[in-house]
Order: sequence, then structure tokens, then C-alpha cells
Amino acid sequence: MTHTRTRAATLLRTLSGPLLLAGGLLLQPLGATAADTTPAQQLERFNAQAGISGQAERGRVFFTSRHGGEWSCASCHGNPPTQSGKHASTGKAIDPMAPAANASAFTSTAKVDKWFRRNCNDVLKRECSAPEKADVLAYLLSLKP
Amino acid sequence: MSRTTLTARVPRRRLPWVHAVGAAMLGMALFGSAHADGRFGIPANAPPAYAQECASCHMAYPPGMLPAGSWQRMLSGLDKHYGTDASLDTATTQQLLAWLRANAGTTKRVREEPAQDRITRTAWFERKHRQIQPAVWNLASVKSAANCAACHTGAERGNFDDDNLRLPAGMSPAMRRNWND
Repeated sequence: MTHTRTRAATLLRTLSGPLLLAGGLLLQPLGATAADTTPAQQLERFNAQAGISGQAERGRVFFTSRHGGEWSCASCHGNPPTQSGKHASTGKAIDPMAPAANASAFTSTAKVDKWFRRNCNDVLKRECSAPEKADVLAYLLSLKP
Repeated sequence: MSRTTLTARVPRRRLPWVHAVGAAMLGMALFGSAHADGRFGIPANAPPAYAQECASCHMAYPPGMLPAGSWQRMLSGLDKHYGTDASLDTATTQQLLAWLRANAGTTKRVREEPAQDRITRTAWFERKHRQIQPAVWNLASVKSAANCAACHTGAERGNFDDDNLRLPAGMSPAMRRNWND
């Protein structure tokens, strides 16, 4: 009897990992980043908000300028951002920003908004405007791998 | 779920034969139980948001390395997170905070809140790394003391044992002298 109970406990322990994992997957909507858009759609979105079309060259200058602070976008994402970047303070690798080099870049609206909000604050000490975001998207979409 | 126990994993001085015995025991532990390696790292019930959000910019630190009060303060100020804006939506922040608090360190050595709520300012961290010259932290291959994996190859798996150390690139002979002393 004791032996059976021990085996049952072992089985339960063995299963608890996968069960927790499955539970975690079910709970995913919280903080999930499902692919729901494309880089081209994001460019259109910011073009529409800005009322003008993003310009790749303006985006390049914006992306590589420091804007009076310590960092530019390129400080972490590289110049050009067709290869992996490196976090300026931690050194952690960052996937390439250019859609041509990274199929998952700009495929989640929530993620796009989250990172623009945070990183513009880091580089410019403010949110980026719609024309600025449109320029950056136009620049990134113009890059070849 | 097992409680994170730092005592058993943070680096300590050892005699060579202890390494051999330690390696043998590690081998037995790895092959003997699937849970052995996770005991000291990130608990298996970590919400997916922990890796997604926190580990985008740095490694996912074991929650047991800081006391609950430190996690509370950190998660309340993510918009000013050690020089960067790491802000999250309220629901995700609350979810992560609840999990971090539930798995925070409670042992005697961890429960004191370190300066700036930095793991690298805890008394145990400073003591374990007291032989490391300050210049080592500034090496391009290390960048800061927060980059555990620069030397602790098992850090991402929660293994901080000194059996799994590597020399980061660029160590001068003087820096090496005290290495693993």
C-alpha cells in the first residue's frame, strides 16, 4: 500500500511539470504577444496616424541620432539593425530590428506599442510621435538582410 | 514546488577532491531526478510573462535572490528601472509581482533588502565576489556584475556553482591571479 502510494506520488511529481506548463499556456493571454499584424501594416497604421508617409532617410537619421541623450536607437539595435543588437547596459543580445532579417519583428501590435513607448522614453525622454514612428518603420522596411 | 536555496549553489572555496565528489554527486542528481536542476533556479510555475518581459533585456534572475520587499519596490517603479523604462501594463505587473513575492527569498542571508534592491548589492553577493577585481566587471565581455552568465555558464538554468565557471574574455594575468581563489 505504502509502495503504491509512493509510486502515485512519484507519478504526480513527474506530471506536475507538464501540467503546470499546460496551465501556463492556457493563461497566456496575460502578457501574450500573438502575431496579429505585419511590418507593412504597422507602417500604414503610423502613416495614417501621421497624415503623411514615412520617409526611410528621415527614419535612418532619427534612428542613428542621440537626440541630446546618452543613447540612440542604434546604441542597442546596431547600425544598420540588420544583425543582432546588444543591450547597451546589460549586453544581452537583441534580435535584429529589420523585418528582412527577423521574421517576427513588428508582428504584434501590443509589442510594437510597448517597445516604442519604453525605448522612445529611454532615448528621447518622451513618447515618439506618429510621423517619427512612420519614418522609422519606412527605414527598417527599406533595409535588406 | 521547491524553495530556492541559495546556500547550496553560490560559489565557495573548495579543495580539488571536493570538485570530484561534487561532480559525481551532480551527475547522480541530474540522472536521478528530472527536478534536480530546477531546484535552485526559476520555479517551474513561473508565468510566461516572466521570461517574455523580464528576460528581454537581462537574464531571468531567480526570485529567491531578493526579499519580497525589494521585488515590491522594483515592480512599483518599472518605468525607472536602473536607467531604462521597463514599464508594463498593470495586469502583467500585478501577476509578476504576486509570483515574485510568493517565491522571494526568505532565508536569513536573503531577507535583508539590499541597496537599490540590487542582487549585486546583497551582503552574500559581495562576500562571494570579494576577490573579483573591480576592473573585471567593466570588461566588454562582462559589462556589469548583473551579467551572471558572463562567468556562471549555468546561470540561465539556476546553477551558480563554481564547477561551472568560465573565464570571461579579456582577463589580464593580474585579474586571473585571484580567480577562483
